[in-house]
Amino acid sequence: MSLDLSIPRGLLLALLPELVLTGWAMILLLFVAWRHRTTRDLRVAGGITAVALVTTAATVWWLWWNQAGVAGIAQMVAVDDYRWVTDWLFLGAAGLTVLVSFEYLERERLLAPEYYVLLLFAVIGMMLMGGAEDLMVLFLGLELMSIAVYVLAGFDRRNPRAAEAALKYFLIGAFASGFLLYGIALIYGATGTTNLSLVGVQVDSLRLGSDPMLLIGLGLLLVGFAFKVAAVPFHMWAPDVYDGAPTPVTAFMATGVKAAAFAALFRVLTEAFPQAGAWREIVAGLAILTMVAGNLVALAQRSLKRMLAYSSIAHAGYLLVAVATGTSAGTAAFLVYLVAYTLMTLGAFALLAAKGRGGESDVLIDDLAGLASRRPWLAFALAVCMLSLLGFPGTAGFIAKWYILLAAAGVGEWLLAAILVLTSVVSAGYYLPVIMVMYMKPEPFEQAHTGVKLGRLAGVAVAAAVAGILYFGVRPNGLLDLAKETGVGVKPVPTFTVEPSGR
Amino acid sequence: MLLGPALAVSAILFTLGVAGVLLRRNAIVIFMCVELMLNAVNLTFVALAQQLGISGQIFVFFVMAVAAAEAAVGLAIILAIFRHKETVDLRNINLLKG
Repeated sequence: MSLDLSIPRGLLLALLPELVLTGWAMILLLFVAWRHRTTRDLRVAGGITAVALVTTAATVWWLWWNQAGVAGIAQMVAVDDYRWVTDWLFLGAAGLTVLVSFEYLERERLLAPEYYVLLLFAVIGMMLMGGAEDLMVLFLGLELMSIAVYVLAGFDRRNPRAAEAALKYFLIGAFASGFLLYGIALIYGATGTTNLSLVGVQVDSLRLGSDPMLLIGLGLLLVGFAFKVAAVPFHMWAPDVYDGAPTPVTAFMATGVKAAAFAALFRVLTEAFPQAGAWREIVAGLAILTMVAGNLVALAQRSLKRMLAYSSIAHAGYLLVAVATGTSAGTAAFLVYLVAYTLMTLGAFALLAAKGRGGESDVLIDDLAGLASRRPWLAFALAVCMLSLLGFPGTAGFIAKWYILLAAAGVGEWLLAAILVLTSVVSAGYYLPVIMVMYMKPEPFEQAHTGVKLGRLAGVAVAAAVAGILYFGVRPNGLLDLAKETGVGVKPVPTFTVEPSGR
Repeated sequence: MLLGPALAVSAILFTLGVAGVLLRRNAIVIFMCVELMLNAVNLTFVALAQQLGISGQIFVFFVMAVAAAEAAVGLAIILAIFRHKETVDLRNINLLKG
């Protein structure tokens, strides 16, 4: 199915998933305007959210099944497999977050169904980021996502830690948006367009590879993205924000928000700047710093939530390695890693939410002692998540890391590959103790784990995550084939050139 | 006309905004500095629009709309933290660290 984006019908079809989700978000907004007091309202709102996510995923599937594509050059929004795969990823992350949130919100007495509305708006922003073919659409999607997530981070208004997390996230996020936007402005100034493919064409045809305006713009853009994906040295906000926010929101930020920023970064770099090789070394440098610092600082953490926060920084480093390769093998590895990372991180945070009370920032790793004898299934699920985060063979984390290694070796980035392996070994120093205290240490006192209870729906989410981790760990072929086909779609097709008007 | 000076002024404004964010410790002042950064970007877009066509001016409207939405959420968050702490000085907002 070839869409003509210059007529309304084609444009509507191209934007169908976003429009469906926006429609649901509006319906939900109207619903919560009238019904927002009791637990029942909260449950109904959660149910509507789940239905919204499923119907949107089905819409994406329909477009993918009909092989929707664009006639000519894509304006504003891309219609390719990369967009569909990232859409599924965001919708899946949001779906698991909703399942975890159901019981969490009731337990913590956060009886405000607006939570789900904000979640839906954040997902719309992410989908726009994954599909943005224009830097301005990218910026609008980013802001739609960020503003919703700023509120979600401080959603627990009675908790001063959540308010502080929201403040830090907001100030740093707005600061980073400023950098990103100035980068967009300078790229627009150098090339005369904000369309990603046309920027790529212009850079190539006008030989702008060493134009200072373009390079400064690209640098500012990279700084903005580095803040958003929490790459070292732009990561200072991440542990505090992840620590202070309600745990399901932390899970959502660590997976969906980060994946969206990465998806957009990847598309911008491969479509708009395939010729300007300057970014490769910068991204590789960021990857090395992020892997080393993230893993070393995580070693020193005693709180489980902060440890997971630093672990997610370390994983951003591994993902940056895939970005730095810039090949189609890199794209496939990147997408496989995003899926694996989303499953294992969401599973780990969901289990943390079951263990703790009131923000969960006080759950130390040692508090898990003896969990295996009291709650064997929970301990097993957490162990699987930890092993997958570590990259243990037989789990999705291993397969994903393996493909990143292959992609890095394929372009001769041996330094990156070696540091990835070494830091993964270091990461055993903080993932394995979690498993060790659960299985080998006795309960500190009787009834230490009686309060640990995973609700039914959160249990479904954890079970789905663990099943996914183990399934993709043993049979990764289906996922990899999908990612490989997608890798081809993202490549730019420079067919004709344009001159900027007025030059 | 005047493209060079306009770009220079916007670069200076942007730098001032960045310096303010990094140096000041009052949450509201930091937020104002972020707004200064966004306005510097607006000036860049308008200046470039003279040469590159109308799209630069349209971007400015998007940026202003986004900045307004951000201000609404940001001031609400600053208000929330003031209720807890009775201050908006970042030196005193330090529950989360490590």
